[in-house]
Amino acid sequence: MGLDVMQENDFIAERVKAIIAEQALMEPSDITQDSHLADLGIDSLGLVECIFGIEEAFGISVPFNANTPDQPGFDISSVGAIIAEVEKLVARQAA
Amino acid sequence: MRRVVITGAGTLNPLGADVPATFAAMQQGRCAIGPLTCRDVDRLSIQIGAEIRNFTPEDHFARNSLSLLDRFTQIALISARQAMAQSGLVIDDALGLRAGVILGTAGGGNTTVDDNYHTVYAEGKNRVHPFVVPRLMHNAAASHVSMEFGLKGPGYTVSTACASGNHAMGQAFHMVRGGGADVMLTGGSEAMLCFGGIKAWEGLRVMSRDTCRPFSRNRSGMVQGEGGAVFVFEDYDHARARGAEILAEVTGFGMSADAGDIVMPDRDGPVRAMRAALADAGTAPDAVDYVNAHGTGTAANDRTEAEALRIVMGAHADMVPVSSTKSMHGHLIGGTSAVELLACLMALRDGVIAPTVNFSEPDPEIGLDVVPNCARQARVDVVMSNAFAFGGLNAVLVLKRAP
Repeated sequence: MGLDVMQENDFIAERVKAIIAEQALMEPSDITQDSHLADLGIDSLGLVECIFGIEEAFGISVPFNANTPDQPGFDISSVGAIIAEVEKLVARQAA
Repeated sequence: MRRVVITGAGTLNPLGADVPATFAAMQQGRCAIGPLTCRDVDRLSIQIGAEIRNFTPEDHFARNSLSLLDRFTQIALISARQAMAQSGLVIDDALGLRAGVILGTAGGGNTTVDDNYHTVYAEGKNRVHPFVVPRLMHNAAASHVSMEFGLKGPGYTVSTACASGNHAMGQAFHMVRGGGADVMLTGGSEAMLCFGGIKAWEGLRVMSRDTCRPFSRNRSGMVQGEGGAVFVFEDYDHARARGAEILAEVTGFGMSADAGDIVMPDRDGPVRAMRAALADAGTAPDAVDYVNAHGTGTAANDRTEAEALRIVMGAHADMVPVSSTKSMHGHLIGGTSAVELLACLMALRDGVIAPTVNFSEPDPEIGLDVVPNCARQARVDVVMSNAFAFGGLNAVLVLKRAP
């Protein structure tokens, strides 16, 4: 069962990276856990497109409000942080 | 007051993907009306229209910018690029502050609205793409044109149904003539050949099921198209100082409201708009060498427009060539006047009058020399272009051969 969770999380990480790479016009392999969206050239519009893509891909609702981007509801400080947040939302939905 | 000239023109419309291709199609009298290819076309009772064929947005726009661009904005941007290229203008910091954009559209991002209503109503989804609003807003095209070329002066969108393009260009004319700007990009675009767009028009029972036959006795209604055109309007002294090629001079603009019926055309409103435009241009009615008619192909418009022309021009109405190019490119609604202004430029510059195609039977109630089916060579010094919108809002432009 632990293995299933690991595989599922790898899958989430890859999908999130692919969505971000699409916005950044880069290859998914160029996106690392430490990447910051701004450094990838993703502006505020690109960010909301990423969040839309994530919601569509995982069938989840992301608590993100562009007026308060620093809110604790959804950490966007790095690609790794976004992946961790998505993993939590997917797990919560499955529970 | 300053003089206003046109120094650039661009277009994407069912007849062609640029101005030379459009002129060639108009000279051949080619009709671009054909079967519609939109979603759920089998549920439409009107299944014809003038679509832009062989258009691949990805050839013109980066993948990540396309999500912000409704089709009506794409058409405006492509047209504006061509017009700017032809004008040879370089928009530096100083000129940017003296340059602006006014575009017309009736439906704005109608396709975006249609797609997303389909998403939430038909597919039952509760989430839409984040850019629905910036795509669908009527000013999206004008805003993207301002952004692409750094036009930091006046910028806005005019929406007066089928007269949007002429109202926009008239406003741009006033803006340059009055000194509010030295350069204005102006014209119009429309893209509502989607299921919801056509379905709405069907309801009015004014659409033809076979083709568009303006002024023909057997005319059967209007046919919708999609497309647009954009022009560079420039202060004459500014254009001359930089040695720009001048395509034509805009000399007069007239507007009026019927203040009558929301859809039925009126004679008095168009008469007043034409007279106002001619007076503004200082042109006598019998000096007009070509009229680009509103000519929608509906029973009511064409009869009323002919009557209005007779009132304005008297005996000259039976001599001046009057054609409706909607017979070829369809009714581009808010973009139609802009594409029709191309026919005016062709007449002034190349001495070729675009025909009214699909014409098969003269209508004794109309008369007029409608330049049936075949383009005609003629020397043309003055043109008048009519637009009479639903809602009774009329806009007429007068142009002269380049000074």
